[in-house]
Amino acid sequence: MTAALRFDPIRLPPACEVLRKEVRAFLAEEIAAGTFDPHKPQREDSDAPEFSRRVGERGWLGMTWPKKYGGHERSFLERYVVTEEMRVANAPTRRFFVADRQSGPVLLKYAPEHIKMNILPRICRGEVCFSIGMSEPNSGSDLFAAKTKATKTDGGFLINGSKIWTTSAHIADYMIAIFRTSPSTKENRRHGLTQFLVDMKAPGIKVNPIAQITGLYEFNEVVFTDTFIPDDHVLGEIDGAWKQATSELAYERSGPERFLETYYVLTELVRAVGPKPDARGAEGIGRLVAQLHTMRRMSVSVAGMLQIGREPVVEASIVKDIGTVWEQQLPHRVRELAAFVDPDASNHATLNEQLAFAMKIAPKLTIQGGTTEVLRGIIARGLGLR
Amino acid sequence: MQTGNAVAENENIVAETAERIFADLADAQTINASKGESWKAPLWHALSEAGLPLAWVPEDCDGAGASLAEGFSVLSAAGRSAVAVPLAETMLAGWLLAQAGIASPTGAMTVAPAGPRDRITLNADGTLSGRARGVPFAQAAGHIAVLASSVSGLSIALLQRSTCRIEAGRNLADDASDTLTFNNTKPIALKPAPDGFEQTSLLLMGAVVRSLQIAGALEAMLEISVRYSNERIAFEKKISKFQAVQHNLAKLAGEAAAALAAASSAADAIANSAGFDEAVFLEAASAKIRCAEAAEKGAAIAHQVHGAIGFTQEHILHRYTLRALSWRDDFGHDSHWAVELGRLVAERGADELWPLVASR
Repeated sequence: MTAALRFDPIRLPPACEVLRKEVRAFLAEEIAAGTFDPHKPQREDSDAPEFSRRVGERGWLGMTWPKKYGGHERSFLERYVVTEEMRVANAPTRRFFVADRQSGPVLLKYAPEHIKMNILPRICRGEVCFSIGMSEPNSGSDLFAAKTKATKTDGGFLINGSKIWTTSAHIADYMIAIFRTSPSTKENRRHGLTQFLVDMKAPGIKVNPIAQITGLYEFNEVVFTDTFIPDDHVLGEIDGAWKQATSELAYERSGPERFLETYYVLTELVRAVGPKPDARGAEGIGRLVAQLHTMRRMSVSVAGMLQIGREPVVEASIVKDIGTVWEQQLPHRVRELAAFVDPDASNHATLNEQLAFAMKIAPKLTIQGGTTEVLRGIIARGLGLR
Repeated sequence: MQTGNAVAENENIVAETAERIFADLADAQTINASKGESWKAPLWHALSEAGLPLAWVPEDCDGAGASLAEGFSVLSAAGRSAVAVPLAETMLAGWLLAQAGIASPTGAMTVAPAGPRDRITLNADGTLSGRARGVPFAQAAGHIAVLASSVSGLSIALLQRSTCRIEAGRNLADDASDTLTFNNTKPIALKPAPDGFEQTSLLLMGAVVRSLQIAGALEAMLEISVRYSNERIAFEKKISKFQAVQHNLAKLAGEAAAALAAASSAADAIANSAGFDEAVFLEAASAKIRCAEAAEKGAAIAHQVHGAIGFTQEHILHRYTLRALSWRDDFGHDSHWAVELGRLVAERGADELWPLVASR
């Protein structure tokens, strides 16, 4: 085979099911206490610092990290269960999600010891929020066109320029960003970018929220003017960020958050059709459930392969590609089926409200964190086409 | 882990045997170029010598006594080679007969009914009546394994094909897909089906068999499409260098991946389950639905990449695409399983959907 795709039928171990019950019970308590409404994905207040701390207290942040840094040395599959249960319940995970999934692992790998000791335990306690500074006004999918400059100065670097579409920058304590430390070379246009840890409280940072088509303000423009970053905040190799980018992406690409973003509309459709749907409703739901089940089995398979130390880069990109396309189309497929639902069904208003919101967020799902086009380029490279 | 590795190794040996036979005696290029059917007899002989058609028949019933998992791996390999002999059908028939402790005869077999809308009746005098449509390879089979119902429950029967009326038919790929009529037909063996075994059980097993074959065919479509795109020059470069072609092939890889994941998960579910419970139903129905969708999307892309040459008899592509498309119809159309799965989900209720999905 040119392309030996592997999706072993990995099952979650029994310990995961115990954990799943604990997470469900915790979420039920939070819902009962009024922390969030699982039927309302559209929220202005999705930054929930107290909820974040309580998740940390349960030991569900930094689950796979060493205990020395506040982690819990549990498996990726256990983390998977926590992530999917939170997502399906529409829990307000914004404050900790990026730090737990992405920023923490980067720090673990590249930050100096004293910074790890300072920040990682706070992530595990649910106290800090991270954002990721990749895109710039003229550099989105083409990451290596970034121009925002880090100029060497005494004891550190001075940052000048701006990042854009930076999710959560307005509430973040830190940002992990790439800045230009050298020009790219003829031989390697990816050369010259360095990854930095930015303290968002540092002087010279201005965060300008940007309104989205949903009416929410989730992302921002972040302007840096002579912002000082000390030398020990460099993450990894100077000019070598490109070497560090790929391995972390497998984690980012294949998780349950890559196909469950609009899941709630399917639940609500099932509620609306009732226990005895007609053939059209039943067939529509059956197909969507089969697609969902398949996506999840693929995603669990990738998590299982990560757990045993493989780096299934192509498989992970495939999961994100078809997962995000699926969650983008889901509200539209549900809309087609909902046309035949009894308008007096008790949850009709909820379903319509959810559909309206899901259709508004749908366009971003195949753009954020690597567009469909970029992903298909990665898959094509894996197939030996480029 | 010891046991797991040992099982995986055995699966590899059985699958490797099958792969070797297909490579030697079922080369797509050779078969496609040959006018007659002279390739069939040596292939069937080699498969039989290796014990593959009766893989799922216990050793004390003169079978090979392979595990379900080993048999499933043979079917994946058969899909990758788009094998046009009744290997899957004979395996399935042997498996069905073994459920009732009926020994399998030698030679090719098939199973009836092969869809949810046909029912075969067991008459009071022990004969069978009814009609089974779309029975794969009935023309080529010496015997038929039949699941029949009577007031006292389901029975499994073995019939000589020559005792049934047959209306020959063909599927999209020109493989036999026939209508069998039983008219007070006397079986040569008849035993009650085990407790809890239903017509749905047979159809779910058949659905997973077809899902594995479709997934295998999609893997082959991906491989030959990637290879072709790296050879074919247009506009002064390999067509694999065009982004539009790359993205189409990436989508084909996604469909092959989805089919592979769904089919192997369902096969694993059956291999590790005592019966055909709700979990197996979710897995097997989902696999058939998703593999059918993947067959449609994947075959379209494979043809698009190949252009006109892929539309010729001479090229091997149609051997995979037309079979994958045909296999969608057998043992329950994907629409049938979608309705059944949708009804189950609706009956369980909205808040039980996620627990069902997460249980797998």
